[in-house]
Amino acid sequence: MKLLANPFGIHEQALPLRNQRLELISSNIANADTPHFKARDLDFKKVLSGVNPSPMASTHHRHFGTGEVESPNAILFRIPYNTSVDGNTVEMDVEQAKYGEAASQYQATLQFLENRISGIRKSLRGD
Amino acid sequence: MLKNIFEIAGTALNAQTIRMNTTASNLANASSVSPTEEEAFRAKRPIFRALVEQADLNQGFDTLGGVKVKEVVDSTEPVRKVLDPGNPEANEDGYVFLSNVNEVTEMIEMVAASRSFQNNVEVVTTARQLMMRTLEIAKA
Repeated sequence: MKLLANPFGIHEQALPLRNQRLELISSNIANADTPHFKARDLDFKKVLSGVNPSPMASTHHRHFGTGEVESPNAILFRIPYNTSVDGNTVEMDVEQAKYGEAASQYQATLQFLENRISGIRKSLRGD
Repeated sequence: MLKNIFEIAGTALNAQTIRMNTTASNLANASSVSPTEEEAFRAKRPIFRALVEQADLNQGFDTLGGVKVKEVVDSTEPVRKVLDPGNPEANEDGYVFLSNVNEVTEMIEMVAASRSFQNNVEVVTTARQLMMRTLEIAKA
């Protein structure tokens, strides 16, 4: 039975990631007034594909490093549009927009899962 | 889990409440007087810190990513010294020491705390809706 081998496809893995992104953004909003806090976000595409782009290699001993920080979970710091005096990079309007975006993406993934479930149900019932 | 979002937003609601409390205390004591400079009321400020270290998990916080009030510090602004010989609190030279509370700053703090609180309530509301939809997934 191919139908029930992988019933939910990619969406099964996508849902926890969507959730993790929501968590990160809610953490940004929670720390909107924390001095020196740096806002973070998840590179969804990178995590889901499971591929980290290869960092620039230093092939000579006099090469400088690129300063790229290896982030295994693809959690990246957000680049703020404006600077703030206390070193906080949370911009509330940006975070609110991203939170709304992430919430609707979560709902989209849920909808895909619901469609799969109702599809399987329909085929099992056979009516 | 979506549960973590509730906890993260919960720590923020708690921190903003403490901030609102200190503001209320500052405003209430804005016109307190005392006979010495040391005893004069000084405005209180909460210091926020992000919950990022594993050590925070042992201090009653279940999830990393939230915020906590590290400490409440006294404002270092100078206190005002006013000549008021009729005041029963006046020292031998006739001076009383007022608090260093700046009412305008406190009002701003209050509005900022209130807005941050509202933002986090909104986060909880959205997370709750998503959770309810997730629970209903099997009804499809």
